[in-house]
Amino acid sequence: MHIVVPIKLAPDLVEELEIDASGAALDRTFLRLIINEFDDHAIEQALLLKERGGGQVTLLTPDLEGAEDVLYTAAAKGADRLIKLTGDYSAGVSCHALARALSKAIRDLHPDLVLTGVQAHDDLDGAVGPLLADYLGMPYLGYVAGLTVGDGKCTARKEYPGGLIAEMEVDLPAVLGIQAAEKPPRYVVTSLITQAMKSATIEEIEAGEFDSSGTAPVMRMSRLEAATHAEMIEGSVDQVADKLVAVLRERGLLASQG
Amino acid sequence: MSQDIWVVVETLRGEVMEISYTSLAAGRVLADGLGARLVAVLLGHNAEPLANTLGAADSVLYVDHASLADFTPDAFRRTIAGLAKDSTPRAILFGHTSMGMDVAGGVSLDINAPLVGSCQRVRIEDGQPWYTSPTCGGKILAEGQIPDPACVLTIVPGGYKPEAGRMPGPKEVVRTAPSAALDGLRVSLKQYVEPQTADVNIAKEAMLVAIGRGIQQPDNIALVQALAQELGAVVCGSRPVVDQGWLPLSRLVGKSGVSVKPKCYVALGISGAPEHVEGIGGAELILAVNTDPRAPIFNVAHYGTLLSMFDLVPALTEKIRQARQP
Amino acid sequence: MTTTTAVERPFYDRVLEAVPGGEKLKLCLQCGMCSGICPFGFAMDFPPQSLIAALRAGDLATVFESETIWLCVSCFACANVCPAQIPLTDGLMASLKTEMLLRRIVPAELQTALENTRRYGNTLGESPRKRGAWCQDITPSIPVMAQTKEPVDVLWFVGDYASYHPRALPASQAMAKILQALGVRFGILGPEENSDGDIQYLAGERGLLEMLAQKNGKAFRKYQYKEIVTTDPHAYNVLKNEYPKVGVSVPVKHYTQFLAERIEQIKPLMRHEQKSRVTYHDPCALGRANKNNIFEEPRLLLSIIPGLELVEMSHNRATSICCGGGGGGNWLDGFAWQRAHTRMSEWRIHEALESGAQILAVACPYEAPRFEDALKSMGAENKLVVKDIAELLADAISA
Repeated sequence: MHIVVPIKLAPDLVEELEIDASGAALDRTFLRLIINEFDDHAIEQALLLKERGGGQVTLLTPDLEGAEDVLYTAAAKGADRLIKLTGDYSAGVSCHALARALSKAIRDLHPDLVLTGVQAHDDLDGAVGPLLADYLGMPYLGYVAGLTVGDGKCTARKEYPGGLIAEMEVDLPAVLGIQAAEKPPRYVVTSLITQAMKSATIEEIEAGEFDSSGTAPVMRMSRLEAATHAEMIEGSVDQVADKLVAVLRERGLLASQG
Repeated sequence: MSQDIWVVVETLRGEVMEISYTSLAAGRVLADGLGARLVAVLLGHNAEPLANTLGAADSVLYVDHASLADFTPDAFRRTIAGLAKDSTPRAILFGHTSMGMDVAGGVSLDINAPLVGSCQRVRIEDGQPWYTSPTCGGKILAEGQIPDPACVLTIVPGGYKPEAGRMPGPKEVVRTAPSAALDGLRVSLKQYVEPQTADVNIAKEAMLVAIGRGIQQPDNIALVQALAQELGAVVCGSRPVVDQGWLPLSRLVGKSGVSVKPKCYVALGISGAPEHVEGIGGAELILAVNTDPRAPIFNVAHYGTLLSMFDLVPALTEKIRQARQP
Repeated sequence: MTTTTAVERPFYDRVLEAVPGGEKLKLCLQCGMCSGICPFGFAMDFPPQSLIAALRAGDLATVFESETIWLCVSCFACANVCPAQIPLTDGLMASLKTEMLLRRIVPAELQTALENTRRYGNTLGESPRKRGAWCQDITPSIPVMAQTKEPVDVLWFVGDYASYHPRALPASQAMAKILQALGVRFGILGPEENSDGDIQYLAGERGLLEMLAQKNGKAFRKYQYKEIVTTDPHAYNVLKNEYPKVGVSVPVKHYTQFLAERIEQIKPLMRHEQKSRVTYHDPCALGRANKNNIFEEPRLLLSIIPGLELVEMSHNRATSICCGGGGGGNWLDGFAWQRAHTRMSEWRIHEALESGAQILAVACPYEAPRFEDALKSMGAENKLVVKDIAELLADAISA
């Protein structure tokens, strides 16, 4: 069973985000990238499946700063094959562009299953998973939290609001968008990562020219300035309560009865 | 080529999902601004009665088929793409949800239209439709023109009140059969599994009411439960409350417990020590009630009040109950 | 007689061979002093003595099934009393924690702190670029080495908590004030500083300590200074005892040592009297850990503050009771509470109250928030004030 996990690197929100001179994109100079949290879950789910039923796990990541950290960490956790997708990322890469490039690389890997995070917090044109599935000609199911693999099919638990689960059967090969792995991403001891850095090999596949058609242009980007102090509501109990109700209503947070 | 604005309605086990009303509200802005028709696209099996709340749309396009009784990505994508190829609407709005996101990408590729994700608001500027999408955890706003001649958008909540999109109706229902073949589906539904009755996972809750040391005694929690009930919220707390055993460990928010990302977090009698606050960094709206003006919670809350929670909570509970009356 | 199986042998050997002095494990008499003095020994399935017994009996399978090793706060109480001087804390207990990490049995909160260290160079997951932000509003300004590039007398190693946690900030500000009053030329590393690695290695992540030591060592080598002074006992402990093992040897003092050396210069600065009874909590990392034994310097400093009367708690110096924050403990309060239903910090507050003190003096950045939290849970907020020695000195210089 060959599981391929394409992962995305997204801006680390611990750092300040700046808009560049064009006013329509993030300033990438000091941007730190971190593995997309949902992709971390996809890696964990892939490793769990491998532990249960055997097989091989291949990681595929854009050749950006932080890529090697991600790959060696995954190798230390049990991933078998590590691949960097090389290309010109200077203008950023949209979901469409990345999905197209990934599909070319993944097609040649002949996976039984492709697991990827259901979305990333910097997605602006949908998500990689559904687009990738289409380019690969595979079925897609997203918001998956747990799955078992059988003969030529898998049974996946799809999450709906309120905790309801829909058990869906999906023909393999397929692309699944992971919402949460069955267990939280495992810890890996630093010495194992150091070991992996010495013993594991990272392959490279060329992405070629990125084709981002299907992406709507962003014409303006702005930062939401965070207030440093709460807006204090003065007045009597009734006045304060009224104001709070108004705030809730404005935000669409008052579910109507019945 | 039509200029219709489509909203693909999501239903689950006989109910229209709230995101569809939000999408209809957004669609209405586009339709009115562009002088176009708003069409609600409803897929199902024997589900025509669900059109009764879709009055915000000018027309409901209802597709009936046994394979559409429950949502599955393959069946829905094929059906919607088939309809869209026939009618070529100006824009198709999906919910940015478990259902919408399974299908929006594929449909956009089928009709060769760009895809705008996480759209929260739309507007008309100089006669052109624009989208606004929050990104990077809500810290950044991206805006742009909605491309023509066609575009697919996924809608996130928060920009429009669902009530604005929910109206009795419908004005017109056009019933049709799927044009795309629905055999050889690669994804099928086996069964639904109810959420476990074991304790809730507060990390997934949208509305939370949190209590801290200020609650003083476990008997006072009933007061807070009443408020939580009206808000559709779950009660959680900071460590002192959980350590005392007044709330189970699964309700602990903060460094020793869970990180939460609710739409709304009401902090009652919580001082806002770093160990707690680090668990609520993802909350979209924080309302803080604390009698101490120097409580650090006010540095992270959006709104605050110095009133005693014992005075405020009963009044707030009652006013919310009234506000919710249809 | 050791009959460890093939599976368990690697762990036993790891402790014996990999840890300096590890072969002393064979000298254990099973006297039980360690388990007896361990503050959470009663709640552990395998306190040190039992762990050694299990090792010898080849019974490691059950050891690995227990999570209670995570109750160990690396307070060195056991290592301090062992008649055979077995390296129990950083040898045995830390090695078992490593084993648990390898098996991925680690409470989520501690896992996050370790992952944060690896990624951000601090346990709190804060941006490394903001590590010097705490001193932005202090006047006169605190020199950051990368900006001033000037040689200094003292390179001040600030530490994670003091750089980012709001409660630790007043002590850092106080320290700056004292150094400035003494005319000491000093600077901090700011964003170039990484976590010291003490908590992490005692929590089983020796690899992280080595990584941090290399990074900090690289920063140290860039600048000219006479000595490193730190306000963090944990940093003091590893800079002194562990960094040299990985090739980073620097002269280091805890701030109480540094100031005690200058006691005659400080005395004339003590202008403001504060009539209070004060008791001092000896931090584990400064005192009995690795026999660092810095007990008298802090007391000497307290003795020159006009109006302060020093009283001792029943456990003091080498018998001091840990605040519960070491070896990962600072992230395991929830875990510890669920199993022990008691808090070390509260025991200590009891002792402080019983001593008749009005002020509890501390010398470690973890302690103020931990003890203040304990005061709140005990409903005793009005009965005791917690202050770092630096704060008390600074208050006496100018109110």
